Amino acid sequence: MSRIRTALLPPALAILFAALLCAVALMISGASPLTALGAMIRQVGEGTTAVDIVNSASIYYIVALAAAIGFQMKLFNIGIEGQYRLAACVAAIVGGLLVLPPVLHTLVIILTGVLVGAFWAGIPALLKAYRGVSEVISTIMLNAVSIGVIAYLIRDEVFGDLQGNNISTTPIPPSGQFPGIPTGAGTIFGMVFVSVLLGVGYWFVLNRTRFGFELRASGESPTAATAGGVDAKRMVIIALVLSGAVAGLAGLPEVLGRDFAYTLTSPQGYGFTGLAIALLGRNNPLGIAFGALLWAFLDTSALALDNVGVPRDIVLIMQGSVVLSVVVAYEIVRRYELAAEQRRVAAQLRGAPAAEKEAVA
Amino acid sequence: MTTAMTEPPGPTARRGFGALPGWARSAIVVAIGVGLLSVTATLTGQIQLTSSGTTQAAVRLLLPILFAALGGLWAERAGVINIGLEGMMILGTWGAAWAGYAFGSPYAAVVGGLVFGALGGLLHAVATVSFGVNHIVSGVAITLLGLGVTKYLSTLVFFPISGNPRQSPRVEGFETFSIQPLADLLADLEAGQRVLLSDVAGLLGGLVTGLTPLVVLGFVLVPASYLLLWRSSFGLRLRSCGENPVAAETLGVNVYAYKYVALIVSGGLAGLGGAALTLNPGQLGYLEGQTGGRGYIGLAAMIFGNWRPGGLLAGAALFGYVDGVQLRAGGEAVHALLYGGSLLALGLAVMWALRRRWQTAAIALVAGAVVYGIYYSTDTVPREFAAYAPQIVTLLVLAVASQRLRPPAAIGMEYRRGEGD
Repeated sequence: MSRIRTALLPPALAILFAALLCAVALMISGASPLTALGAMIRQVGEGTTAVDIVNSASIYYIVALAAAIGFQMKLFNIGIEGQYRLAACVAAIVGGLLVLPPVLHTLVIILTGVLVGAFWAGIPALLKAYRGVSEVISTIMLNAVSIGVIAYLIRDEVFGDLQGNNISTTPIPPSGQFPGIPTGAGTIFGMVFVSVLLGVGYWFVLNRTRFGFELRASGESPTAATAGGVDAKRMVIIALVLSGAVAGLAGLPEVLGRDFAYTLTSPQGYGFTGLAIALLGRNNPLGIAFGALLWAFLDTSALALDNVGVPRDIVLIMQGSVVLSVVVAYEIVRRYELAAEQRRVAAQLRGAPAAEKEAVA
Repeated sequence: MTTAMTEPPGPTARRGFGALPGWARSAIVVAIGVGLLSVTATLTGQIQLTSSGTTQAAVRLLLPILFAALGGLWAERAGVINIGLEGMMILGTWGAAWAGYAFGSPYAAVVGGLVFGALGGLLHAVATVSFGVNHIVSGVAITLLGLGVTKYLSTLVFFPISGNPRQSPRVEGFETFSIQPLADLLADLEAGQRVLLSDVAGLLGGLVTGLTPLVVLGFVLVPASYLLLWRSSFGLRLRSCGENPVAAETLGVNVYAYKYVALIVSGGLAGLGGAALTLNPGQLGYLEGQTGGRGYIGLAAMIFGNWRPGGLLAGAALFGYVDGVQLRAGGEAVHALLYGGSLLALGLAVMWALRRRWQTAAIALVAGAVVYGIYYSTDTVPREFAAYAPQIVTLLVLAVASQRLRPPAAIGMEYRRGEGD
């Protein structure tokens, strides 16, 4: 019972606090917080919003899993941004060029994304393991470089296709597309199910395999893990490459389910969101799912808020303050529980010596 | 978290070159760099590599990075990783644009950037020092928050004036000035087109022309930070919080207070970096996304500089220079830098061979050959890659040099008063 309270109380408090903060910001700017809240809740039932939330949550879920894999090893894979974008771009190029039978075509595209993501994460992994370069710095640099590589790859004379004013990769033929599930309001991406499978796989590998144990042990205490025969360098490389491989999937829901090509205007910025959501969910697959849905819900609210005359950027403040208050709340609850534990142990110890004396006598 | 495997410098490093004082070593490295650039510029005919215009562009580009790197120095010397520099810089751009517009003076803009950045630093201090939140987590959150707050505020404040929620109205910039008669003298020398002399004159000339008070402030803050942090008792205490806070505590240092001060200064410096962007002559005012990751690059420059003021200046200068070259002269000039790079690799190979480190020498030689091969077989670097040459150069330099780096010992660790062991 107390474990559930420790896990659920902080995020609930944090969301409440962030909401309060935004209400104050809204009141300062002269808008009514209640109108804003009403608009945010009402939008879920309108049009394709509910499906949109699920779709974009699946993307957030994948990037957050990628971040969580790194976090298990205390590695900060800031490079998810570059990894998923480059992977989506190369996967779209490969998908547009190849002619293959249906299912196989899609699988090849997905595999390409995974491999490119893993390769792009492999560079900081090797630099970290063999040259001691901080993965934070090297991945930030590689994020910038990946923008250049993508811009080069989709140039008209390289792999690009100029269509009107927008430049994109060759469209993926229907054989390579990942069919979605049409509902009355919008189509759920097929990749949503892949992301659910990923979550299950993440849980299984971390909690039920030897590798997962070694990964968590290296993160908790590198010295203890080394003493237990875990190769630290190997774990760094595997964790970062795995994180990159998962990140490589994050761009694909949109490429395979909606756009069927990678364009210069393809969405960006999921990388940092992934880090934030992994923090919100405490690296727990269910917690991350909740965080991803919350984030996607806030994202779609921006439009609804615009319609009732509230500046949409309040959503960004909300997201930022949620993250900060969640980590602070976890810390406060942890300290409180630690102090409670100490008091309990102290109380028991006070009782114990008396009992011991009696036993000796 | 930065350098997991630092190697103690071997005995060879202490003899010869390593035995020289720091300023002499820096001077030699700079001289070799200038010589290399001069040779490259002459042999490849890319005179833009050493023109005063390039240096001037480089100074303008390195300034925000320099401020951010100084901000990183203050935070990390006190033991707090500050990846929120980017967010504080974003806050600084907005604060500078707002104050600059409201008060109509570039000096007000500088103060505005400083104050807004310092607020971000204060938030980082509250989260990491008082609440013991993981430093990188807090930094990422502050970057998210900085982005959100500035977007929100500019929709609220700038949109009614400029008609564009992503942009502020134009703000007043600084008047530029040159150090005369030195600037004219160097310009004459540069125009003479004599090998080496003109190159040196060009590189120096860019440093004394087109200056603004903010540029001067940036260059003054480097030695000032050094004196404050390394030559005063305040600095000794601040650095001891980054090396061993528990030991500092036993000596009566109020570690919390020092970390708070360090982070507020750090945020203020990052905010100055934001102000430098807002007051950039090319784009006077706030523009959404104008930091473009320079806060992170500042952090990288600081790590590159081994957590030292002189080193971070070198890191920022390297970055600004490569950026200036690619902006002013494009792919061909970056292509010429490849030639310089292969020369450098050859020189390093010879140096290591003399020290009988055959394996390292061989690696350097092969790397040099590969770079020369690329140079020989291509005519230019595609502009998409040239634009990111600074990042690639930083990555390469870190890959070569990062094992010699030594971060503050207690960096990134949580400290609680009275709980040391």
